[in-house]
This record gives sequence, structure tokens and C-alpha cells, in this order.
Amino acid sequence: MKRAMIKTLDVSVDLGGRRIIDGVSLDARAGELVGLVGPNGAGKTTLLRVISGLLEPISGSIELDGEDITLMAPRLRAQKLALLPQDHVIHWAISVEDLVALGRLPYRGFGSALSPTDRTAVAQAVAAMDVADFAKRSVIELSGGERARVLIARALAQDTPILLADEPAAGLDAVHQLDLFAHLRGLAEQGRCVVVVLHDLTMASRFCDRLVVLDEGKVHASGPAAKVLTPKVLKSVYGITAYRGQADGVPFVVPLKSLVGKNPPARRKT
Amino acid sequence: MSSLAVRSQARPNTEINYAWLLASLTLLVAIAFIGSLLIGPAAIGAKATLLALFSGSQSQSDAAVLIVREIRLPRALLGVLVGATLGLSGAALQGYLRNPLAEPGLVGVSAGAALGAVTAINTGLASAFALALPLGGLAGGLAAAVIVQALAGLRGGPLTLILAGVAVTTFASALMSLSLNLSPNPFAALEIVFWLLGSLADRSFTHVWLAAPLILPGLAMLLLLGRSLDALTLGEDGAANLGVNLGATRILLVVGVALCVGAATAVAGAIGFVGLVVPHLLRPLVAQRPSRLLTSSMLGGAALVLIADIAVRVIAPGTDLKLGVLTSLVGAPLFFYLVMKTRRSLL
Repeated sequence: MKRAMIKTLDVSVDLGGRRIIDGVSLDARAGELVGLVGPNGAGKTTLLRVISGLLEPISGSIELDGEDITLMAPRLRAQKLALLPQDHVIHWAISVEDLVALGRLPYRGFGSALSPTDRTAVAQAVAAMDVADFAKRSVIELSGGERARVLIARALAQDTPILLADEPAAGLDAVHQLDLFAHLRGLAEQGRCVVVVLHDLTMASRFCDRLVVLDEGKVHASGPAAKVLTPKVLKSVYGITAYRGQADGVPFVVPLKSLVGKNPPARRKT
Repeated sequence: MSSLAVRSQARPNTEINYAWLLASLTLLVAIAFIGSLLIGPAAIGAKATLLALFSGSQSQSDAAVLIVREIRLPRALLGVLVGATLGLSGAALQGYLRNPLAEPGLVGVSAGAALGAVTAINTGLASAFALALPLGGLAGGLAAAVIVQALAGLRGGPLTLILAGVAVTTFASALMSLSLNLSPNPFAALEIVFWLLGSLADRSFTHVWLAAPLILPGLAMLLLLGRSLDALTLGEDGAANLGVNLGATRILLVVGVALCVGAATAVAGAIGFVGLVVPHLLRPLVAQRPSRLLTSSMLGGAALVLIADIAVRVIAPGTDLKLGVLTSLVGAPLFFYLVMKTRRSLL
């Protein structure tokens, strides 16, 4: 078994007087693509933020690659872990390549220019996310999906053994979603530890090595998709039924009906 | 690897552009500085000015030496210091708050400094000894910064800093209005109003020695913010993930602004629009990168204030046209233009 890159032990987080994360213990290993799924408000984003050191837990401990996160210098942590936040925030109309190059900041000294290593990392990230065509353009000229890809490229340029991505596929068209997951799989196969928050259960079940289902701040289930996304779990966590199929020998799940809310009338048959 | 090739062609290109920009701005500052030494009500020729400045030998008339060294030189030096302060602190605040409308007065320091100076005038301290006015301004500016920082806290983010700045500015302005309102003699009230307009006239080396030891470290602190401001383009979480210490960034920003804006306001009064307009004008020339806006806005601010201070002397030589009035008069139409340009680019 590969070594654990992320290890949280009984982590709890309170925000605004509410318990958001409640005693979460999980680990993610090198070479693994882990999907973090769960309903809205389950605490997925908060869990990523606390693992990234952006929030302090009220109890519990977090280790990155065997090192306690509270003892890591910010810059070293930034060389260990890249976070792709959910909100696609870009505040100034800087150029795409300048934005991607921000990923190299943890490696650069004060006022120093990009080193050849930095440039190679930026060029690889730009190529991986297929954004070379508009590398010179300003980020405000891009569509939502293009922005999303540029921001992913920014996180890839950080070139860290751990990558946390909060809904990276949101806003991407079908082909770029597939490209993204192919790339995330590739990163995992290179020996990185990749944790992705996602809502698309079909994508999650097809491409993640392992799923962690978070519900009301607790880990509800964890394991390979076929074992985790059982009718029982889907019913108790999401309140849905799903169609379960198989493609290329890999099981997948397509949500069908809500058991709690309203169901849209099925499309008329033609 | 084609993208790599594209990149290695493009990168030196933008580096050269940036170097050119800094070089031209430096040249502009140098020309404006010399212009500021040459121009004044006393007609002293260029050669005589330089002789008076550098040699000060007995062959020159004592008056020329006195005017150039004791009146024009400190005025030009203060122009550089105050302009650099306004340009750089405007750029730093805009970068930190990620808001192109931020200006040096936003965090309450200038209002605090103005209140301190007004108090010095009103209590009669300023007429008792000359340094009471700038010292009062310094004390007021630093006190305002301490209050704003205490109110906003370290983890509050930009919004709490803006709110705290607005609260302190409003309170300080109210107190200033009160002291004008209750001013026992009309001359003090007039002196306050004129002082508030902002000017570099009749300043001496005493003012330079008072302001420079605070302004220079303040500028240095703000220049250190480049990395953090670039990272903040990605928002607070994005910046924190890139290893930026947001608490340290906040302290560096507030202390840097307090030192240089407090000192600049204390010696020159409130000079508007420079800190707002200079980063705006330069932003397109540095491809919008917040780090590159710092040094360029510092130079641009110094050049603009020096030029405006020359214009004050040239446009209305006999009258006492205040520098702050002129910068606002010139700055406002520039802003109208920026609004129209932004509107056009949105259509």
C-alpha cells in the first residue's frame, strides 16, 4: 500500500456556531484519485479548506505526507498541496499565462523572474488544460468554461504531490470534462494524491478510485464506487434512486428519481 | 512544446516593456524635479540655479542660494516624497482590496492626520511653535491607523478594513467640522480650511526631515507587498494556498500606509485624486499585474505631484492656488474619461 499523503484524525470544524465537520477521519494515498461526494451543505468545501490549512479545526489533527500541518511553513505547505477553490475568482484582467504562472509563486524568491523549471511547469500546465490558444489573452475575455480550465492549469502549475480540487468539472463542456478526468487520472498514476469534490455521480463512479461520501459533516461511507453508491446509501444520503450500469467493465450510476422532492415529468416519448 | 516556444519569445518582451516603463517614469520624475527647482516667482536662470544648488560659492548672490536651497529644494523633495506616497499607497490598497476605487485616504489615516493638524491649529499650538502642526498630523494619522487595525482585526478580510476605515474617516471628519464650527476666531478657521486644501508651498527642510524618516520605511514596506498582491488576484483562499501569510500582508499594508500617508498628510495636507488616478492610468501599461503597479505608481505619483506643483506656480503665479485643488480639478475630468472608456469597453 502506498503511503498516506493526507491523513485527518477526528477533525471537527465549527463555523458561525454550527458544527460543519464532525469528527472526520480519512486518508488519501499517493497514486489515488479520491472523489468527495455528498449533498449540498455536507461540508465538502469546508473539509478541503481545513485540509489545506485555510481553516483551523477545533479538534483533531491533519497530516500532509506525514507532517503535522500546523508545523508546516506556509510556503512549504504550498509546495506540498495545491487547492483549486470552487469560486472561479480572478480579480484583475491579467493575461492567461501570467495567471497560470501564479502557481509558481511558492517556488520563487522575492522579485525573482521565472526560472526555466517554472517555465516548463507553466508550459506543461497550459498544454495539459489546452489553453495555449488563448495564453496571451486577458482572463476577462474568456468564457466561463475557459476560465475554469485556466484556473485548473494554475493549480497544475503549482506541481504539488497533493492536489485538492473543488468541483473542477463545473462549467466544463463534455469533452473538456472527460479531458479533465483523464488528466487527473494521469496525475494520480504519476504517484500524486488527487482529491476531487464533485456532484456528478456518473463521473465520480466512472473515474475515481475511491469515493468518500460526506453527509452532515460526517463520513457516511468510503470505498470503491460500486460498494459505496449502493441503493441504500443513495436513498439515505441523497434521497434518490439511481440507474446502475456498466461500461468498459466499470460500474457507473445515473440518478433517476427523487424520493423526497418533486420529480420532473419524464420527457415525452417520440 | 510549441507553447513553450511561444512563451520564451513573449516573456522577455514584457520584461523589456516593463523596464522601459520604469525608465521613462524615472526620467519623467528627474525632469519634473529639475523643473521644480528652476521655476518660481524669483527669476533665477538655469545656470544660476544649478550653481546655487551645488556650489553655493560666494560668487553667487546669497539670495539665489537661499531661495534654491532653502525654498525650492525642500519643496521639490517633498513633492517626490508625497507623490510617491500617494501613488504607491493607492496602488497597494487597490491591489489588497482588489478594488480599483480604493485610494490612500480609505483606511482613515489621512482623515486622522487632518484632524490632528486641525487640532494643532485650533488649540493655538501651531502658532506657538511651527512643528506642532505636522507633529499633530502625524499623531492623528498613526492613532487613526491603530484604531482602524484594532477595529478590523487581522483575519477580517478587505471588507472589515474598508468599513473600519470609513467609520474612522467619518468620525474624524465630523470632529473636524465640529472644531471649524466652534472655532473661536475666524482666522483659525480660515487657516484650517486652507491647510486642508493641501499644498507644498513654504515648506522647509524641517518638514523634509520630519517626513522622510517615516515615508521612506513606509514606502519600503509597501514595495514588499508585490508577491502577496499578485497572489490575491486569486482571492484570499487562493493566495493563502500559494503560501501567502494574509495576516502579515495586512500588517505590512496598514503600517506602511499609516507611516507614509500619515507623514505625507501631516506635512502637505490632503492632496486628492493622485492616489486614485495614477494606478488607474498605469494599470493597462503593466498588463494589470498588481506587483508591477507598485513601483510604477510610486514613480508616476511623484512625477504627477511634481508637475502639478510646477503648474500651481506657473498658472497663477501671484495667487496662492493650492496643489490639492489643482490635482482634484485635473483629476476629476480624467476620471470622467475613465468612466466613459470603461462604459465603451463594456458595450
